[in-house]
Amino acid sequence: MLYAVLCYDDENEVNAWSKDLDDRVMADLGAVNQRYAEAGKLGPVARLMPTTAAVTVRKGATDDIIMDGPFAETKEQFLGFFVLDVETLEEAITFARELSAVNPANGTYEVRPLQFFNPGVPIT
Amino acid sequence: MTELAWIDLALTSARPQAMGALLRYFRNLDLAEEAFQEACLRALKTWPDKGPPRDPAAWLIFVGRNSGIDQVRKRAKHQPLPPEEVLSDLEDTESDLVDRLDGAHYRDDILRLLFVCCHPDLPATQQIALALRIVSGLSVRQIAKAFLVSEAAMEQRITRAKAKVAAAGIPFETPDAVARAERLGVVAAMIYLVFNEGYSAGMPEKADTPFCAEAIRLARLLLKLFPSEPEIMGLTALILIQHSRLDARFDKDGQIVLLEDQDRTLWDRALIDEALVLIDKAIRHRTPGAFQIQAAIAALHARAATAAETDWLQIDLLYQTLERLQPSPVVRLNRAVAVSKREGPEAALALIEPLAEKLNGYFYFHGLRGGLLKQLGRYREAHEAFDRAIALATTSAEAAHIRQHLDSLQREMASAEK
Repeated sequence: MLYAVLCYDDENEVNAWSKDLDDRVMADLGAVNQRYAEAGKLGPVARLMPTTAAVTVRKGATDDIIMDGPFAETKEQFLGFFVLDVETLEEAITFARELSAVNPANGTYEVRPLQFFNPGVPIT
Repeated sequence: MTELAWIDLALTSARPQAMGALLRYFRNLDLAEEAFQEACLRALKTWPDKGPPRDPAAWLIFVGRNSGIDQVRKRAKHQPLPPEEVLSDLEDTESDLVDRLDGAHYRDDILRLLFVCCHPDLPATQQIALALRIVSGLSVRQIAKAFLVSEAAMEQRITRAKAKVAAAGIPFETPDAVARAERLGVVAAMIYLVFNEGYSAGMPEKADTPFCAEAIRLARLLLKLFPSEPEIMGLTALILIQHSRLDARFDKDGQIVLLEDQDRTLWDRALIDEALVLIDKAIRHRTPGAFQIQAAIAALHARAATAAETDWLQIDLLYQTLERLQPSPVVRLNRAVAVSKREGPEAALALIEPLAEKLNGYFYFHGLRGGLLKQLGRYREAHEAFDRAIALATTSAEAAHIRQHLDSLQREMASAEK
């Protein structure tokens, strides 16, 4: 079985970390990752940028609505994610709009850049 | 992380929210600060045993409000009762409090707290000092050190600023769109001042001035409150890029390393990437502003893998746009650097000579002028300009940098005479 493990925390507090502390936490997390990667069990790992870097694509009555900031409703649940390598925010938004167009549900796509990405090892 | 360090961090990150809410309750900065201090003391006593509360800000607000009310009652025994409007929202229950924290109150509370520090009656230095003391919670000693004044003088400055704010009355009405935009502009300018205060401090003092990190934290906080303001995106991007060069700006001996000589592998790519995304977001709004343009200029430097690859044409054009938007001799001075790269030192010198009167007391003017004169072989004049710059230097790193110029000037003069 493949599992996604999602990290939640108070961003205000993480933003108040000193660079030294941040580096230390990333190194400690990296050490745990390393063990699982060596066992062939760890796929991609990503840390997202602060929510202030996000935009959100939502279906509107006539056209898509693109809003600044993260997805903030609590009625919906986190269902999945995509990792995309493009040059500009515009391209990323275009991708999200294409997903939205073919998705019959009224869901929302948050576009959030990655701050850290490790492709991991091949897993099945 | 030690327990104490963890608690300290939680108190720091909860501070703007908690102080903002306590200011709303007590409508008085001193009372709000005392209440917050008291809540922090109780947190240090109880959190280690009972573990962290689920929402530290809500806990601090609840405890701070109760202790603040106690204080007001105690004083009331010795003094005539304060008018009812001194306190507000006393009927709140705890559950009500939690509801409020989830709502728009956060935003209004924090914004009010920031706006209060930027009262137009306060000079810029007092705005910075007040914001760092009240919103960020830096100690008077830390602030005094950065401003190169005694602790007592800074204490007095902050007390005076608070008195002025109190006398002017704290604005509790919700601002309309125009007033809010104006206030946002004022707060953004204050945050940039805070950043620059740290940025210009120089290497030896760097470790003790958390101003830059504090400014970034405040900018991100403001952007969270106003997620669709392109100028706040621009401000955040600008200071992120400037801060990304921290490790490259000084050499091992604490000497300034110019942008073109910096080791670009030392730049913090994570900060630059975040800034580039914010600029992309801002551009979508198609309402350019001074911070966005400055961020775009900084981004052109950040995108160049080597100094030689810098897009000076674009930078020159952006500075021209900035000059139209916000005419200032300092902007022209910066533009002159781009002009010197594109058209040579003579054209750049012609651009800045008319600024001599206005920028006579400005370190960078004489530093740049000396550099341009040196390139043109006008050594005697270059020497005079560098001497003037050294006299105006405010940090030892600045003075040392100009001295390097003078040394190389001497060498060039000597070889020219041979």
